[in-house]
Amino acid sequence: MSDTVLSVEGLKTWFFTKAGTLKAVDGVSFSLARGEILGLVGESGSGKSITGFSILGLVDAPGRIVEGSVRFKGEELVGAGEERLRALRGRRIAMIFQDPMMTLNPVLRIDTQMIEAIRAHETIDERKARERCVEALAKVGIPSPEERLKSYPHQLSGGMRQRVAIAIALLHSPDLIIADEPTTALDVTIQAQILFEVQKLCAETGTALIWVTHDLAVVSGLADRIAVMYAGRIVEQGPVGDVVQRPLHPYARGLLDSVPSANARGERLRQIPGMAPSLAALPQGCPFRPRCPRADDVCLAEPAETEILPGRTARCFHPLETA
Amino acid sequence: MSEPIIALDNVSKRFTRQLDSAERLANMLGAKNRPVTVHAVDGVSLSVNDREVVGLVGESGCGKSTLGRVVAGIHAASEGTVRFRGREIGGLKGAQAREAALKIQMIFQDPFACLNPRMRVNEIIGEAPAVHGLVRRGERDGYVAEIMQKVGLDPSFAKRYPHQFSGGQRQRIGIARALAVKPDFLVCDEAIAALDVSIQAQVINLFMDLREEFDLTYLFISHDLGVVEHISDRIVIMYLGRVVESSPTDELFKAPNHPYTQALLAEVPRVTPGKRSFAAIKGEIPSPIDPPPGCHFHPRCPFAMPRCRTERPALKEIAPGRVSACHLNDEA
Ligand SMILES: Nc1ncnc2c1ncn2[C@@H]1O[C@H](COP(=O)(O)OP(=O)(O)OP(=O)(O)O)[C@@H](O)[C@H]1O
Ligand SMILES: Nc1ncnc2c1ncn2[C@@H]1O[C@H](COP(=O)(O)OP(=O)(O)OP(=O)(O)O)[C@@H](O)[C@H]1O
Ligand code: SF4
Ligand code: SF4
Ligand SMILES: [Mg+2]
Ligand SMILES: [Mg+2]
Repeated sequence: MSDTVLSVEGLKTWFFTKAGTLKAVDGVSFSLARGEILGLVGESGSGKSITGFSILGLVDAPGRIVEGSVRFKGEELVGAGEERLRALRGRRIAMIFQDPMMTLNPVLRIDTQMIEAIRAHETIDERKARERCVEALAKVGIPSPEERLKSYPHQLSGGMRQRVAIAIALLHSPDLIIADEPTTALDVTIQAQILFEVQKLCAETGTALIWVTHDLAVVSGLADRIAVMYAGRIVEQGPVGDVVQRPLHPYARGLLDSVPSANARGERLRQIPGMAPSLAALPQGCPFRPRCPRADDVCLAEPAETEILPGRTARCFHPLETA
Repeated sequence: MSEPIIALDNVSKRFTRQLDSAERLANMLGAKNRPVTVHAVDGVSLSVNDREVVGLVGESGCGKSTLGRVVAGIHAASEGTVRFRGREIGGLKGAQAREAALKIQMIFQDPFACLNPRMRVNEIIGEAPAVHGLVRRGERDGYVAEIMQKVGLDPSFAKRYPHQFSGGQRQRIGIARALAVKPDFLVCDEAIAALDVSIQAQVINLFMDLREEFDLTYLFISHDLGVVEHISDRIVIMYLGRVVESSPTDELFKAPNHPYTQALLAEVPRVTPGKRSFAAIKGEIPSPIDPPPGCHFHPRCPFAMPRCRTERPALKEIAPGRVSACHLNDEA
């Protein structure tokens, strides 16, 4: 299929620590077509960021991809040379990191960094490059962009730093953007402005997008499909409307129930009982078992990724909404 | 009512950027570049009572973190006074200054920047309580484990370094570190923004429990009304460096007074099935570098009148315990 931008298959990224092997990503598969938006959600520590890092070849020791394949427009990236990956990063595949300071250099002014980012992949004179920067900052809702270009990162508010990192990722209209919690610090108005630009980019240039977030409200309005991660695996995947309205996996249900707007004010919020399991010592069978209201002895075996309804998969022996 | 634990009186904080070499050179050639001033916080008066939870809400860049830093004594105010239990913080010395610094803790918005990458988590969390004699050295690890458990971190990770944790886990390290010194007053700057909903719920519940257990007082900073709604007794709304409304939570949601508050309430996101089209911001976003005259909100306000463009509306009482800064309140 020429329309497939990214296809990830059986990806496993493990960390080999003194305390044991930590299976941060443990058998993740999904694919993305041109212009498609995938929402990747899941509990803190479930492996969302490491999935993104793995696609870009950014996993550092003691971590490494132990199995699986990542194909970008047909080209295998697992095992590709650093030079090839560097040529792709920024230009064809952009990542917006959860921590904007992974993109920004604290000792350089914003203009220096943005102009450098443009010129790394294009020959363009400084004045034109500066105009592009001003435009890019205005797109992500930064007022007084000319003046802000002269700031250092620490002189910007948290949300502004986040927006500068987004602006840098959008500079080259890449084929694929991996956005890791890009709008956590942004209010709804500015978030809407950015989502507007992102939607436009995907529709107009066919950029495919992975939007990593814990914010179900954003993802429900933005994504085409949603993948829910738990303990290093995708436990449910399907069209966003279906998953949000009628989740199959008990963990996805719990996640939806704990959204603050689903609870009454002043009341204790509903939370999923128990703690996320330590990835170094997962329970036997289904990793969600100790916290799952539907668990029984069958769940002592490991559930495989199964198509439960057309176009919808889940890893669960007793999915909801199927009785 | 008990005496306020923190009281700000007419506090302003400005940042000035001096000219760079290119601009100075241009000036020699006749250009008129001037140093640029950001009015991050502009004449804010605010007090927080003992055991009260105040939510501070406003859009990105409106000055929330700066105000939080002034309250926590990290920035000195450019103007105005900050009092902690009746005493001006700037004037405290020696033991009293240390005590105030310990009793007011801040959980920072950016968990990455504020954790020392070369310290292990048990040192990050346990160092200050040990130094200040809150726990004995020998009991430190047990104490750290207990706090890690409370914020939903696996205590068996205590010997790891911050970069070995995920984003949300790092944010919880920051929360654990602040709680470890048993503060009276916590400034939580977007403390749960990077947490997924289920852990958000866990941490919000934890904050509510701690308030009961240790009589904690909070200033809870967030850009998200939906988050502070659940924990705040009172909500303070900021717009471009100024407080525009302050009101008990219930009443704010029932009858928002300020047009900006009304706009914010209309936008609280909900989980909705189906794709939405997002809208671009209409008009220009005002900047704290060049704030509009009169009411800062007038370029975006649907009710703006001629006097809004020239006259700054004062914060006035509109009901017991409620203030708002809008000229419309004079018309009625
Ligand atoms: N360098 C490392 N060494 C050891 N373990 C690591 C390292 N980096 C990440 N991990 C572990 O891998 C797991 C997955 O981390 P990841 O950052 O992908 O989580 P996440 O889903 O992005 O969570 P969050 O929402 O909190 O950002 C976590 O449990 C984390 O502790
Ligand atoms: N150290 C600094 N030097 C110069 N300007 C600063 C500094 N710190 C903050 N500012 C400016 O002050 C204004 C308010 O910033 P602040 O960080 O308080 O905003 P905020 O409300 O916390 O926003 P966010 O929600 O994005 O975190 C911004 O315009 C910012 O650029
Ligand atoms: S497999 Fe069993 S334990 Fe796992 S989610 Fe399904 S019902 Fe729960
Ligand atoms: S003072 Fe005027 S511009 Fe400001 S909020 Fe009120 S009506 Fe709108
Ligand atoms: Mg992450
Ligand atoms: Mg801030």
